[in-house]
Amino acid sequence: MNTTESSPEQQTGSVAQPGSGENLLEVSGLQMHFPIRQGIIFQRQIGAVRAVDGIDFAVKPGESLGLVGESGCGKSTTGRLVTRLLEPTAGSIRFDGEDITHKPVATMRKARQQLQMIFQDPYSSLNPRHTVGTIIETPMRLSDITPKQGHKKRAQELLEIVGLNPEHYNRYPSEFSGGQRQRIGIARALALKPKLIVADEPVSALDVSIQAQVVNLLQSLQEEMGIAFLFIAHDLAVVRHFSQRVAVMYLGKIVEVGNRTDIYQRPRHPYTHALLSAVPEANPDGGGRERIRLAGDVPSPIGPPSGCRFRTRCWKAQEKCASDEPPLLQISGNSAGHLTACHFPEEPSITARDEVIILDPALAALEE
Amino acid sequence: MTQQPQPIGTTGASPPVVGESAHEPSSPRPTGAAPAVAGRSPARMAWERLGRDRVSLVAAGISVIFVVVAIIAPLLTAITGWGPITPDNKAIDPNSGNYPLGSFGGVSFNHLLGVEPGTGYDLFARVVYGLRTSLVVGFSSAVISTVLGAVLGMAAGYFGSWIDSVLSRVMDIFLAFPQLLFIIALTPVIQAALQTNEHGGTNENLRLLVLVINIAAFAWAYTARLVRGQVLSLREREFIDAAKIMGAGWGHILFRQLLPNLWAPLLISFALAVPQNITTEAALSYLGVGVVPPNPDWGALLSDASQFFLQDPAYLFIPGVLLLILVLAFNLLGDGVRDALDPRANRS
Repeated sequence: MNTTESSPEQQTGSVAQPGSGENLLEVSGLQMHFPIRQGIIFQRQIGAVRAVDGIDFAVKPGESLGLVGESGCGKSTTGRLVTRLLEPTAGSIRFDGEDITHKPVATMRKARQQLQMIFQDPYSSLNPRHTVGTIIETPMRLSDITPKQGHKKRAQELLEIVGLNPEHYNRYPSEFSGGQRQRIGIARALALKPKLIVADEPVSALDVSIQAQVVNLLQSLQEEMGIAFLFIAHDLAVVRHFSQRVAVMYLGKIVEVGNRTDIYQRPRHPYTHALLSAVPEANPDGGGRERIRLAGDVPSPIGPPSGCRFRTRCWKAQEKCASDEPPLLQISGNSAGHLTACHFPEEPSITARDEVIILDPALAALEE
Repeated sequence: MTQQPQPIGTTGASPPVVGESAHEPSSPRPTGAAPAVAGRSPARMAWERLGRDRVSLVAAGISVIFVVVAIIAPLLTAITGWGPITPDNKAIDPNSGNYPLGSFGGVSFNHLLGVEPGTGYDLFARVVYGLRTSLVVGFSSAVISTVLGAVLGMAAGYFGSWIDSVLSRVMDIFLAFPQLLFIIALTPVIQAALQTNEHGGTNENLRLLVLVINIAAFAWAYTARLVRGQVLSLREREFIDAAKIMGAGWGHILFRQLLPNLWAPLLISFALAVPQNITTEAALSYLGVGVVPPNPDWGALLSDASQFFLQDPAYLFIPGVLLLILVLAFNLLGDGVRDALDPRANRS
């Protein structure tokens, strides 16, 4: 991974990845441009949605990497690229030492077994006409794996592992609540003893009280079975709880990546600051945190801003930000593995500062 | 976030486990659900809904009677003693132009539904054997068109791109075609091409086969379009992605993942195709391109009876009413199946 890339910022990012030789999943220069076509019979491409535009990251065995960002920043697309549901337009994905970037489904059964996914919507991720037993057994049957104890026993074991009654083996998904369904989805993902699970917003469709249960379940599985996670979420609190390392995405790019404490306590990128500042607090009068309120929406990924993509909403943007794209690298003051893509990084602190940054004119008027 | 703090501790400390334990999976769960309680499958629930619908039950009863009668037709004619092409010259009056003797088309203990004018065939035997033809053609063409429609509709919906374009245009062509005219024109041609009987006569089984294929060839497009629409929405569901990640090929996805979700529309379209096909078959036979006399068939019977309508109205009346009851029963049963399988759809 650390030799193949040509562009300087990617190389910097790659080299700085700690222990890249032992990574379970290595993604470099990954790019997904969805073509926009026009015309009825003779379609021609008139543009592309640059959902994911050259990102690098790595996941070590047993580690959980959180991927956070606003809606539409490309984090779900990244998850679908890693699980090979989408064909990337550029870049490479290495899983367990094997390049799976363009591998056809039929020849990658082995990798498939060790690379599973948990889906966002538990109401659509389980086939309503299959029993729970069938759903959990399907991955084993498709991979021609017959456990020692037989398919049914193994499925019941898995149900127990995820905290469901094994007697419910013959029930249909419609008889379960959202949280229980998500557990069924987790049991299905565990059936082949995967090394990596891509969890695409696994709790965002659940009730708040159920979210904690499911996240705790995932955490205990990660600890007991040593499964690595690519944990995609927009809920910063959930990611903080679950992930040892966190990558922040904005408009198809990773703007900052680092250990949990680096990202949450010592963020450098203005966007990370803004995101953290937007997390609601249990005690709003407590103060002590900086206040940053952004204005406007994420720009269209069809024609993203030049240079730094965040510059259109950044309070520190200067001319350099429009002309040069900031490379993702270790800025002075950052600990090892904490990479930031910014020309004018913030102070590594989230405590309140003198100025309150409110870019939203409506909100600013309200505060006057 | 007014009362409840963050569900997951923002401080990074281990949060409390809320509600039922996720960490102690092996502990027995006192949920009260008896272990023996097996889930009611969607099919079972639909079956129970059908059982509560009186109209459907009556329709189902009548349909079953018709089917049973058709199956035991040889037994019934053996009991009455008159086969479908055994003339009873004593039951018709040669002096009045071979019209049946007796009232209401010659209904008697000997001939339960009277006799055919002209030939003196027993009408009961012709009706029960004609029922066989109707049901065989109706069911087999419905089976063929449903299977064909399911496979092609799933292929069009799932694969999309040019496969969908081609199949959809073919469906449009078949739906836009004047079916009856086409079959009338085509049937003799196909029969001539497949003719194996060197005497120049019509091979009865071949005629039926051609009829079945012709009817099915025009009926599959309805099913295919229905299935395609369903698959278009189903294929976006995440369980299809889950199957792909598990390494499923398209065969598994089409037949194991999608097909179980299509049973309801398929069963409905099958149940409604049967009476439709029976009507089409009768119409074709009436027009002389289906089953031809002396082979028993309701359409042919009606066509024949229309010649004697003034003199012997019972001859037209009996098969006409029976055809009405048969088609009505199957249609109501089909409606009942639809309501049972898709309770959310309004009946209005």
